Amino acid sequence: MSEKKNSENPFRVGTPPARPGENPIFNKWSFQPEDLKKLDPLNCTTKDSEPHAFGLLRVLNDNYEAKGEWDPELDADTLRLGLEHMMRLRIFDDRMMKMQRTGKLSFYMRSLGEEAIAIAQTMALEDQDWIFPSYRQPGAQFVRGRDMVSMICHCIGNELDNVKGRQMPVHYTYKEGRFISISSPVGTQFSQAVGVAMASSYKGVDEVTITWLGDGTSAQGDYHYGLNFASAFKPPIILNVVNNQWAISTHKNLATGGVNFASRGLSYDIPCFRVDGNDFLALYSITKWAAKRARAGLGPTHIEIYTYRAGAHSSSDDPSRYRPENEADFWPGGDPVNRLKMHLIKIGEWDEKRDNELKEKIDSEVMSAYKEAVKYGDLANGPFPPASTIFSDVYEEIPWHIQEQREELGK
Amino acid sequence: MVEMNMIQALNSALDIQLKNDDSVIIFGEDVGFFGGVFRVTDTLQQKYGKHRVFDSPLAEGGIAATAFGMGINGLRPVVEIQFADYIFPAYDQIVNEIAKIRYRSGGEFTTPITFRTPAGGGIKGGNHHSQSPEAQFTHTPGIKVVYCSTPNNAKGLLTAAIESNDPVIFFEPKRCYRGPFYGDPHNVPTWKGHEKAEVPEDYYKIELEKAEIVQEGTDCTVIAWGAMLHVAEAGIKESGVSCELIDLQTLIPFDKETLVNSVKKTGRCVIVHEAPKTSGFGAELSASIQENCFYSLESPIIRVTGWDTPFPHSTEWDYLPNPERIATAIKKTQEE
Repeated sequence: MSEKKNSENPFRVGTPPARPGENPIFNKWSFQPEDLKKLDPLNCTTKDSEPHAFGLLRVLNDNYEAKGEWDPELDADTLRLGLEHMMRLRIFDDRMMKMQRTGKLSFYMRSLGEEAIAIAQTMALEDQDWIFPSYRQPGAQFVRGRDMVSMICHCIGNELDNVKGRQMPVHYTYKEGRFISISSPVGTQFSQAVGVAMASSYKGVDEVTITWLGDGTSAQGDYHYGLNFASAFKPPIILNVVNNQWAISTHKNLATGGVNFASRGLSYDIPCFRVDGNDFLALYSITKWAAKRARAGLGPTHIEIYTYRAGAHSSSDDPSRYRPENEADFWPGGDPVNRLKMHLIKIGEWDEKRDNELKEKIDSEVMSAYKEAVKYGDLANGPFPPASTIFSDVYEEIPWHIQEQREELGK
Repeated sequence: MVEMNMIQALNSALDIQLKNDDSVIIFGEDVGFFGGVFRVTDTLQQKYGKHRVFDSPLAEGGIAATAFGMGINGLRPVVEIQFADYIFPAYDQIVNEIAKIRYRSGGEFTTPITFRTPAGGGIKGGNHHSQSPEAQFTHTPGIKVVYCSTPNNAKGLLTAAIESNDPVIFFEPKRCYRGPFYGDPHNVPTWKGHEKAEVPEDYYKIELEKAEIVQEGTDCTVIAWGAMLHVAEAGIKESGVSCELIDLQTLIPFDKETLVNSVKKTGRCVIVHEAPKTSGFGAELSASIQENCFYSLESPIIRVTGWDTPFPHSTEWDYLPNPERIATAIKKTQEE
């Protein structure tokens, strides 16, 4: 038997910065938009990206001004469209959460505080590009033009649910928008997305694939499979780790002992960036940059999106049990919707009145979408998809044993 | 018809698929330049180029996941898992992703992957080069499970598996790559002169979901797949009983009609597989036959299988079902 050492337990278990009842601790960022040079997407080595992996790519400064070489110089209409998509997602989420709380949805997951991510990044891509999301990127569907009624019908699982009542709410599938079916096992989409991109290269078609997973999920094999296959085959893919600090109750300090998430890609010889995830312009800019590289046949880009999960993990979660309740208010990156709004106001392209009018417009859109959706069935009373849909789509054709079981059910 | 061993037959099926369909691509560990550790993909990279037949990193989970993505994006990946024992890092991708994508997306997305994987014992492979994990997949709705046994059905079934729009796990009995196996480790014939080594040289397909009656008989139905087909044949000979030998070929969905018709005729049934007995696929067949043939059965259905232990190395001949055990079981079904 080894003798027990007479010292503090050497077994390291990480801790988050603060627990309930303690004061949130976040250092103010020293990173400024002027810090990082814009790199040439067609002539950038992994080494060139090192400062970007350890720094923080920002465009909007603390005064809501767009600064630095990474400013994508978007016109006001595009900025307003981005703001509108983000506001729509937030209002939609609020309405759906209310539905869940009143028993009208079985479950829900909001994107609160992370609205800019999928929206800015999808706006920076082309319609033919593939989207392999986790459950925190439903906003991409708004950019791709999905109808809210159809999204709500899915969340209810009513007779108009395009996935026929088979998946939990928020597990969207939207083929028309090249938005792959969301899967509950975390991270599986990451390595799959690399396969989609490999197929795009093989076929020689102009398609880029984008995928996301979280800081917690980056512990999964699929994250490392994805990075390594992307490193080996150099397909046109944008690999994002959304570091929102929390995986349900597991803080990122417990998820890894690494320096940061962005730099992990360096050893795979993939250019790496860490970007302010609450900065619409920075997200748009880096995604456009990575897509340009990918389209030129230069392979993957790895991005850590530095943000904060302002809401609960899901409707089944209560973050006040494991983190300070007001922690989000102290996040140095602020709120992504507010930051873009304030930027638009700053450049004279928006004002509070227009903001309120847009809010009201979206609110009534969401309400009428909801009212229409429940016409096709609500959670309590249906109608749901016919029971026969239990047995279809298992295989291309229903085999005898499943047919027998369907007949046994008698519906 | 040309005489081929199983490796040549599989290679021929792959060759023709690569030739006929640009969306077919092959990848896996060592399958590219080298042509696979069992040589099944030999010369295919040289013939079709490194973009169609290539080596992957050593990550079965990554192989399955990227195949998923390729399938979504219009390709028809045929991947090799070097040994069936190594398929488990890919299990989540197969069970939760590949098997379910058609269902969970309401039919919007599908991924027609074929997993080829050498399985089964008899090569002194020990714990981790010998397992036959078919039952770990037959319990997963959404994938088809196929097990070839001869050069002829290896080619025909592999063609059907690749052309299937459903994902298929295709097991190859590695013991039979170069010859049939009758359960005697001291007598290892090649495929030379075997009737089932006659394989069409051109395109050749055997429909999935169909069992083959290999030998007709009157007094007992013997069901087997993979290498055990040949061991069962030897066992039948040793028993001296008139047996109907059925090669199951597709395990899910299996050919119930052929099995039920045969057992109704013979009234007796022995099921042979080399995987462990408990929760093995023999249990499913036994239950299904019992449900459908109860009033025709003259004696209990008997399973002759590998033991409920890990697969051993130097003692493997006492692990695998042998002709003697099979003959004993057949004779037992004949007792009044």
